[in-house]
Amino acid sequence: MDGSIEQKLQELEAEARQAVPAAADAAALEAVRIRLLGRKEGRLTAIMRTLGELSAAERPAAGQAANRAKDVITGLLDARDAELAAATEDGREAVDLTLPGRTQWRGGRHPVTLVVDEICAIFRTLGFSRVRGPEVETDWYNFTALNTPLDHPAADMSDTFYLPGGLLLRSHTSPVQVRTMQAHAPPIRVVAPGMVYRRDPYDASHAPAFEQIEGLAVDEGITFVDFKATLAEFARRFFGADAEVRFRPSFFPFTEPSAEVDVSCLLCDRQGCSACKGTGWIEIMGAGMVDPGVFEQVGYDPERYTGFAFGMGPARVAMLRYGIPDIRLFYEGDVRFLRQFA
Amino acid sequence: MNISVRWLKELAPGLKGTPEELSDRLAMYGIPVDESTDLGAPLGDVLVARVVEVGRHPNADRLSLCVVDAGGAEPVQVVCGAPNVRSGAWYPFAPVGATLPGGVKLKKVKIRGEESQGMLCSPKELGLGRDHAGIMELHGEYRPGEPFVAALGLDDHRLVLDVTPNRGDLLSHLGVARELGPVGEAGLEIPPLPGSAGTPAPGWTRGEGAVEGAGVRLALEDAEGCPRYLGLILRGVRVGPSPEWLAARLRAVGARPINNVVDATNYVLLELGQPLHAFDLDALGGAVVVRRARPGERLTTLDAQDRALTGAVLVIADAERPVALAGIMGGQASEVTDATTDIFLECALFDPARVREGRRVLGMSTDASYRFERGVDPEGLERAALRAAELIQATAGGTVDPVALDAQGGVWERPVVRLRRARVRQILGQALEDEALAGYLTPLGFDLTPVPDGFDVRVPGARSYDVTREIDLVEEIARRHGYDAFPSVLGPYRPTAVPDAPLEGLEDRLRTLLAGLGYLEARSAPFAPEEDGDVPLAKPLSAAESRLRRALAPGLLHRVEGNFARGERNVRLFELGTAFLPGGADGRPLEETRLAAAWTGDRHPPHWSGTAAAFDLWDVRGVSARVAEALGLSVAAAPDATEAPGWLEGRRAFVLHATDGAVCGWAGEVRATAVDAPAWAGTVWALEVQLTDAMAAPRPATYCPVPTQPPVERDLALLLPDGVSAAGAEEVVRSAAGEHLEAVEVFDVYSGEELPAGARSVAYRLRFRAPTRTLTDEEVDRAVERVLKRLREEAGVERRG
Repeated sequence: MDGSIEQKLQELEAEARQAVPAAADAAALEAVRIRLLGRKEGRLTAIMRTLGELSAAERPAAGQAANRAKDVITGLLDARDAELAAATEDGREAVDLTLPGRTQWRGGRHPVTLVVDEICAIFRTLGFSRVRGPEVETDWYNFTALNTPLDHPAADMSDTFYLPGGLLLRSHTSPVQVRTMQAHAPPIRVVAPGMVYRRDPYDASHAPAFEQIEGLAVDEGITFVDFKATLAEFARRFFGADAEVRFRPSFFPFTEPSAEVDVSCLLCDRQGCSACKGTGWIEIMGAGMVDPGVFEQVGYDPERYTGFAFGMGPARVAMLRYGIPDIRLFYEGDVRFLRQFA
Repeated sequence: MNISVRWLKELAPGLKGTPEELSDRLAMYGIPVDESTDLGAPLGDVLVARVVEVGRHPNADRLSLCVVDAGGAEPVQVVCGAPNVRSGAWYPFAPVGATLPGGVKLKKVKIRGEESQGMLCSPKELGLGRDHAGIMELHGEYRPGEPFVAALGLDDHRLVLDVTPNRGDLLSHLGVARELGPVGEAGLEIPPLPGSAGTPAPGWTRGEGAVEGAGVRLALEDAEGCPRYLGLILRGVRVGPSPEWLAARLRAVGARPINNVVDATNYVLLELGQPLHAFDLDALGGAVVVRRARPGERLTTLDAQDRALTGAVLVIADAERPVALAGIMGGQASEVTDATTDIFLECALFDPARVREGRRVLGMSTDASYRFERGVDPEGLERAALRAAELIQATAGGTVDPVALDAQGGVWERPVVRLRRARVRQILGQALEDEALAGYLTPLGFDLTPVPDGFDVRVPGARSYDVTREIDLVEEIARRHGYDAFPSVLGPYRPTAVPDAPLEGLEDRLRTLLAGLGYLEARSAPFAPEEDGDVPLAKPLSAAESRLRRALAPGLLHRVEGNFARGERNVRLFELGTAFLPGGADGRPLEETRLAAAWTGDRHPPHWSGTAAAFDLWDVRGVSARVAEALGLSVAAAPDATEAPGWLEGRRAFVLHATDGAVCGWAGEVRATAVDAPAWAGTVWALEVQLTDAMAAPRPATYCPVPTQPPVERDLALLLPDGVSAAGAEEVVRSAAGEHLEAVEVFDVYSGEELPAGARSVAYRLRFRAPTRTLTDEEVDRAVERVLKRLREEAGVERRG
């Protein structure tokens, strides 16, 4: 067989293998088909025309080779045609699905709100409703009714903001206890989240206004055992089933016996670290049995009713939970900070 | 309260345990230990050594060459510069390799050509005093090479106790020893004082109100402020530095030694908790009067402050003028000095509230006032007075006058508190045996007498301030039983009688809404500068926080500025909080719960498919409508710009109003002057709305039948002349279209030159539907004709041709 014809057919096939898959759409593919196989100007037709120059003995083999090349090229064209048809089904363009999608701005609750909500939700399952009270208070609600005479050093436990007329900004949410008991008869089970105020300038762990959650349970028959069990149950649900809880005696004028409630340090598993100041324990709330003197102030019979109260700082808890080193971050409205919790 | 563990163990000889164990026990009794310091640790490398031989340094006149036996196989050579070094004496010795307090590490050195293998130390080098003149000679029996700390009893531990304000009895070593000792009160011992010839035993001249003796007249003019006052007189004392053991004791608890008289009173304060004061007897002129200060009186106190006194301040006075602030601080004129020989020693009981009032009026607090405020043991006065006199005698010499004075306002008796078994069980939820109750209370000094329902408990003086009621005893029992020893079993409970506060639920729904719309919740202190608040604080922390805010939006706008400063151009914030307005009940400010939001930037996050559009006024109206809907309010164009809050651009404002028309909130474009914005920042938008319990009331959805008939729609492009609002035209449409009009919506607004001057085109789509039949085109066309006629007649509105 004439080497030059076979060589030309091979070149043609090679060209087809490049040009056919490169055709981007049906029109391009048709142009390729016409260029290679067109009946008038096509390259294969041109090669076929040269068959006449061969001897009769050579002609059949060359003809078969040309037909085989035609089959191969037609196959390539058909395959590409099918590909393009699939991609442009319903007349739609192919798309790059790796591109990013269109989104909405993400909003969210403040990290302290997240903690407040979680704490209140746990107490709701323990039967506590959610109440609130005013932020401007009288001495009576903030101190006297809470068994804290102003001439006692216990009144110095926090530095209070006063308004010129002698009113004050509540230094704890405990006045809500008093207001709740004045307005309702037992059984009482409430939590009261809200802002409290102390004359502490801003630093990494202090702010002059911060959140507190007060809790109160009063009824006949509530004992120190119920007190421990309820708060331990809360701590396990909030900090995890493995959290250990410890009750230490302490002093608050409006509870007796009083306790500080500690949980095992979440970060070091009680080995001692900077978060727990090496003690393995983290103080999470002040609590205790309601002092009978408070019941007397609100007109409850202290011989009949007993109860417990507790207070905790959700901002401090949020700092622990999220590893936030500076309380001021909560109050600066920096969107780079806030959107981490959205 | 700083505690020396060594001192503690002297007072309670049966007390065992490492400082760590003691700290843990204190914590579980309710007295957390804030700090624990091994006082011997910095001197751990120092040994006791004997100087065997003192020779002259060949190359220096002032240096000597010592041969020192420090317990090693061979004596070592040490160069010493102290003039007082002598052979045969014992000294603290720091060998080569030792580290001294302050971190100096000793190396083998050559001093003027002679090798020195360590250092003989002065008190200053050991951190034991200021004396640097000579090395510290030790007087006692030692073994060469013995650790210095153990040999001198310096192996002590300082614990810093966080004592709660109810426990004044724990502000002394004796009180802490009682709390911690294995048998409490019964195991306490007052240790002998070094150098003492025994406790003085003067004869007491006692009397109510006033007594006289030993040349002094003592009068309690204010027996309420001072229920008891003891006075002892010491003559012929020599004021000077305290002996080392006393100075070391004080240093161990962080106190600074001053002189033997002052140190003695401090020692007794720290040991027994009784504040004492030593006067120079000559300065008193034979009269000691306890009374209220008179208007106009002044006193220069020991801290050199000249203080103006008021009737609130209780003073010690001579015949004419105050000489000391009772229970707070002495006066300079009667201070014990190096020249003092005769002392009047005061050991008194002052009323806690009076001391507190006085020291607050004067703006001061001292170790003495701190203890008096928290309650000093009324039964411990005599012991404390005699111990202080004994210690002064032991360290400063002198004789105690045989006549001692004791003026009393009345006889103090131990209060009796009934403790009922049933009450213990009612509070603690656990029945405790009588033996257990007695076992907890007796060691603390309580005296129990059985009665049918429990005990009558006589309360010792030291605890008479915090234990006055049965519940106080119950707490003592719980504390000593151990809180962890009580079971923790969750029992049944009755459901709460208190409903949720309506605003708690409303705030929760608003947070969900705003967060869903892409807003981030901010929180802030409600303080504001003067221009943004009506309610002032009495003592603000700063001018920028001198008032309570009257609105939330200015604070949020300030936070938007902060974000601009950090380069953020897309900011969306909301806050729920309180605004404080004048005019509440009973002279209180009015507290309003509010929701505010402030936002700026683009409506959507950037996307490659196109450029983002910035928020505009119609987003404000849209968001306001969502908020209003949640609150049962409506949004309308602000009727009168002058009422709008200052931060709002009045011509670009909406109001949120209740069904009765009352304005509850505002929204709109923030005035450019209200925000400090960089040039690249976009317009800032804000809203603020008041929240009330009524808005929180549930508004359940109402069902209306789903339509079964097809609607018929008509589009009307109307030419609204100047002065006719879109809402005004819509109102006419609604009233004229008849009963089958179902909805009207604006779908296009257009202004252009081809329209008549002042007019704009607003296109409405009207949807008609009848509930039970299909409307005909003719019916709808007639309705549209009616609408057009009414528009033309009532508003001059034509259909756009």
